[in-house]
Parts: sequence; structure tokens; C-alpha cells
Amino acid sequence: MPIFYENKQLVTPGDLLAEGDYSVGSNTYKDGNKIYASRLGLVQFEEKTVSVVALNAFYFPSVGDLVIGKIVEVNINGWTVDIDAPYQASLPASDVLNRFKPQRDDLSRIFDVGDLILAKIVNFDRSRDPLLTVRDSGLGKISRGQIVKITPTKIPRVIGRKGSMISMLKMETGCKIIVGQNGLVLVDGEKPEDEGLAIMAIRKIEQEAHTSGLTDRVTEMIRREKEATR
Amino acid sequence: MSQSVGKLIDENGLRTDGRKPDELRPIKLSIGVLSNADGSAYIEQGKNKILAAVYGPREVHPRHLALADRALLRCRYHMAPFSVDERKSPAPSRREQELSKVIREALEPTIFLEQYPRTSIDLFVEVLQAHGGTRCAGVTVASLALADAGIPMRDLVVACASGKVGGQIVLDLNDIEDKEGEADVPAAYMPNLDAVTLLQMDGMLTIEEFEEALNLAIEGCRHVYALQKETLRAKYVTIKEEVEIE
Repeated sequence: MPIFYENKQLVTPGDLLAEGDYSVGSNTYKDGNKIYASRLGLVQFEEKTVSVVALNAFYFPSVGDLVIGKIVEVNINGWTVDIDAPYQASLPASDVLNRFKPQRDDLSRIFDVGDLILAKIVNFDRSRDPLLTVRDSGLGKISRGQIVKITPTKIPRVIGRKGSMISMLKMETGCKIIVGQNGLVLVDGEKPEDEGLAIMAIRKIEQEAHTSGLTDRVTEMIRREKEATR
Repeated sequence: MSQSVGKLIDENGLRTDGRKPDELRPIKLSIGVLSNADGSAYIEQGKNKILAAVYGPREVHPRHLALADRALLRCRYHMAPFSVDERKSPAPSRREQELSKVIREALEPTIFLEQYPRTSIDLFVEVLQAHGGTRCAGVTVASLALADAGIPMRDLVVACASGKVGGQIVLDLNDIEDKEGEADVPAAYMPNLDAVTLLQMDGMLTIEEFEEALNLAIEGCRHVYALQKETLRAKYVTIKEEVEIE
């Protein structure tokens, strides 16, 4: 049962990764007993699973994901939301209002076109567009802060192992940071400089996501920048 | 035809642009050249200059074209009016429509279209300068743009032409060889899966000659494939080296 690459080596679509008794992880596919890469990324062998951490990918919705979306349309009974995915999501009015009556309630007073919302995906499959909810603590309209857009595959890197990266970011910059699984990150700080710093750090993480020793380098960068502005 | 034999291959066995029969034109590839597209790539193969851009998967417009069980792959091959000696009308010609279809069909087998029902993947192949073999260069550059867009693929697709010129089987025909030569065999190939996704022939070849030409084209594809892989890796390897050496 040979494997053809070392852990964390860069592979391109079609590269033969392993042969034999392995199971497929993300961004790989199986043909017979051979496992190939389907995206450009870093290969990972964990136990008997072969996966590829993609360097660039689009967001594909999944039930339970926290996403940041933008209202693109106000309909009679809900909203259409752009969640930066291949499909547009919908948020029904009944999710926000307890007794919703289309003839009485003006939906654009709740969320209007252009508003950003924090929402959770409650339903999605091959035949249905994603369905959102804002019925949870902390969800709903975003009224302050800045948005950064990064490649969704790099979200785990922004969070870090057991949340190490994100807690470091929050501590060092003093900003509230909310990470949407769709690659949009909300940064909300006391001062614009703090937000700027956090955004700079997130951009650096995105650029260098496939390198090692990243948390230390980012910490160092933030401290250096803080020194410089003081 | 006998007149051109002496011209297309000279007494030293070299071709009009000084290449050996089994030699490719110099190729330059790059990815991520357009910031507004989800994925993009650029190729220079000899005097060919081609840009490719990929958008999607995204919602299908017009809506009725959407497929319930898989993504729709749309391809537009287009030649810029200034891409050839005599101004080409910018309206899509019959030939461009055919090449759009041919490039689409060469790439369809590699994409996991069934994973993204009700969406479309839009591919634009824009020829800025043409000098023979643009359909092959178009397939090569389009597959890079797809990989750059992060669209899951079974394999990269590479294309390369071979043909018969001056009585000899040669690789990667240029414009003059394509027009004056005896035959042209463009082929697209998936190197890891060892599968041919496009095979055409224009002209006359015996079965033996055809087999020789196809093998040569596939050999050429393997060379281009190595360049493709190198291009995809280069972008990330550079960043990694820069930060890890510090």
C-alpha cells in the first residue's frame, strides 16, 4: 500500500497520492484502489485517510455553517441573501417575525437590500438552495465593524489549532472577530487602527496559510506594527 | 504539394522556424493574471498568445438552461480582431463556435460537474494573437484556469498537435505548417488517467502515420503537462520560500 507523496507536499489535480487500502478525505477521489488529488493543495495523510488542503476553493454550503451574507433582494415572504457560494440563500420572514403577515409587515424595515447579516444554514441539499436562520444569539444584522474576504479553505488557519490563532488575534488587537465559514470575516474594534491591524494580520494568514510557524510570525508582525504606531 | 516539401523542411531537417521535427515551440505559462475572474491563466506558445478566464460555479443565467443533476459548462473561444494578419470580425464565426464546443468537450470529462447541480461554470478563451494550434493551447490554458479557480478536477488536461509536413511527422504545427502541410492531428490528453479527451484529424495520413502522429502528440502533451504542473506550484512555492527562510 504505497503512498506517493510526503505529508504536506504540494500536489496538483490528478496527482496519484496513494494506492491500496486508504479512504478518501476532502479534495481527493478514488478510482479503483487509487486515490488522486482533485485540487491544488497540500496533501495530508491521517491514519488511513488521504486528503488535500486546497490552496484555493470556493465556498460550498453545508448545514450548520455560520455565514456572513448580504441581502440582495426583499421578497414578499422573505429575503434573498448572497452568501458568496454557487447558490443564493433564502431567509424566510417567518424566521424573524413570529406572526408574519405579508399585508401588514414591511420586510425592508427589518433587513434592506445591502444589509449584512450573520446567519446559520439550516437546510441545504442538491435540489434546494440554502435556507438560513437568524434565530440564535448573536445572529442577525451586522451594524458595525469591517468585513474581510478570504479564501474559505483558509478559514481553519485563521481559527488555528483549538482556536489558538483567533484568540491570539483577539487579544493582540482588542477586536471582536467573527469568522463566517464562507470566507467572510467580521472585524469589530474600538478604533479603526485596531481593525486595520487585525485585517492586515488576516490577510497575512491567507497569503501564508500553507507555511509553518505562522502563528508566531503573525504575533510578531502585530507587535511590531503596534510599536511603530505608538 | 511537392513544391512546398522543400520549403517546409530544409536540407538540415529543420522546419520553417528552425525547430527539429519533434520539438515544441517555446511555452510560457502563468496563472492568476486576472483579478476579476475566479480563475485565470495565460499562455504564450511560440507566437500564440491566449488568455483564459473561469467564473463559477455560479447561478445559471438564463435560468432555464440550468441542469437539475449537474453543472453546466459553458465555453467561449474567441479571437480578438487584431489576433490575425487580416482583421477578423469580432462576431463569433462558425469556426469559433466549433472550437468552443471542442474545447468544452475536451474539458468536460475532467470536471466533477455532478457535484454542483443547477450551477454553471463559464469559461472564456480569448486569443490575443494566433499562430496555429490555438485550440490546443486553448485547452491547455483553460485547464490551468480551472485549477486556479479551485474547481475540483480528475486530472489536468493538456493538448498538443502533431501532423505531417513535407512528408514527415512533426510535433506542434505552426500557422504555416498547418496551412501548407499535409495533415494536422490535434489531441487533448489527461496524463495521469492516460485518457484522450479530444482527437481530430485534418488531411490525409496512412494508419501507420496516424499512429505515429498520435503518439508524438501525446509525447508532446507530457512535456506541456510538466510545465503546467510547474506553473501551478510556482506561485505557492515562492511564498513558502520567502517566509520560511527569514
